[in-house]
Amino acid sequence: MAKQKTREIFSMGVWLDNPILRQLIGICSALAVTNLLVNSLVMGIGTTFVTAFSSLTISSIRNYTPNHIRMMVQVLIIAAYVIMVDIFLKAYMPEMSKALGPYIGLIITNCIIMGRAEAYAQKNKPMPSFFDGIANGIGYTGVLLFIAFFRELLGFGSLFGIQIFGDWWTPWTIMIMPPSAFFLLGIAIWLAHNLREKYQSEGAKS
Amino acid sequence: MIELNPFVIFIAAIFTNNMILSNFLGMCSFVAVSKEINTSLGLGQAVTFVLAGTSIINYLVYHYLLVPYNLEFLRFIIFIISIAAFVQLIEMILERYIPNLYYALGIFLPLITVNCAILGVSLFMVIRDYTFLQSFGFAVGSGLGWTLAIVALAGIRQKLKRADVPKGLEGPGITLIVIGLMALAFIGFSGIVQIS
Repeated sequence: MAKQKTREIFSMGVWLDNPILRQLIGICSALAVTNLLVNSLVMGIGTTFVTAFSSLTISSIRNYTPNHIRMMVQVLIIAAYVIMVDIFLKAYMPEMSKALGPYIGLIITNCIIMGRAEAYAQKNKPMPSFFDGIANGIGYTGVLLFIAFFRELLGFGSLFGIQIFGDWWTPWTIMIMPPSAFFLLGIAIWLAHNLREKYQSEGAKS
Repeated sequence: MIELNPFVIFIAAIFTNNMILSNFLGMCSFVAVSKEINTSLGLGQAVTFVLAGTSIINYLVYHYLLVPYNLEFLRFIIFIISIAAFVQLIEMILERYIPNLYYALGIFLPLITVNCAILGVSLFMVIRDYTFLQSFGFAVGSGLGWTLAIVALAGIRQKLKRADVPKGLEGPGITLIVIGLMALAFIGFSGIVQIS
């Protein structure tokens, strides 16, 4: 029973109810960091960490938080975790911290975290909320990596900083610039929509 | 840091360093609200106004409270609190003294607290070491740029309702593609001025 539920939470967060593709939230930061795979990976891990732990904390204290100040409490908890991520990056990966710049701080206003806190953690026990946070974080990271894969491959001819294409490759400058992120996200949403529809119609048949 | 004229930053924030189209900030409400021109204009005004106010407050708080006590690492919490408090305060003042404006902007104000653009501008201004006037120019310019982008997008989306879009692409998909095209168009401005 308990295991079944955990699996359900994961399939919801990662695919069926994917925060970016399905609910269209949290895209602010999703697009800005996707020019390099490494950046996206760090950003994804950071967001997963913050979502999971803030869901856990919010859920643990949900019965003691007065209803009308819960937003403020949630924001403070989220901000506390984001500060941890920021300090950690500054200490151990100073270059990464510089590359991501203000976008680490902007995890606070990432709607995914607030959304999960309001929609899930506020009503459920701590452990499921924790898993829900991780699942949504993974779903978010997945989309980020998908976009970053194409942008880095076509824009720089490399993956994770390792050169894949040789000298003959002419980098697509547009892939480094902002518009490509919008195009790729639009295409990703399109693909996901079609896949989901196919899946559903097959499910209805059987 | 090269000394830039605040006015140059103002222009750059509207066109070349547009908040949405080149920094991707404030996307959430951007996609959700941009269905009609009037509402987008209302939200744009509210965002510009709050940006101007919070950039002043956050500048003063950061440079006169956090820096002297070496508390820079608290800036995320302090900024978000001062933004939330400012929005709340404006809401109450408008409701009491200028009810007309309150009814026009009222529903948008709570949305703004979680708009990434507001926090983003405050963080950019700290990271780039702007002076007071530069910050103010940057904030107002960003607000206007945001308004420009959202009103333009709302106009396109109103026309798009009658267009024949592939089924899977309807709604968010095509909106993102349109935003991408707009971003492409805005790159054309990049020759005017450039700030990093």
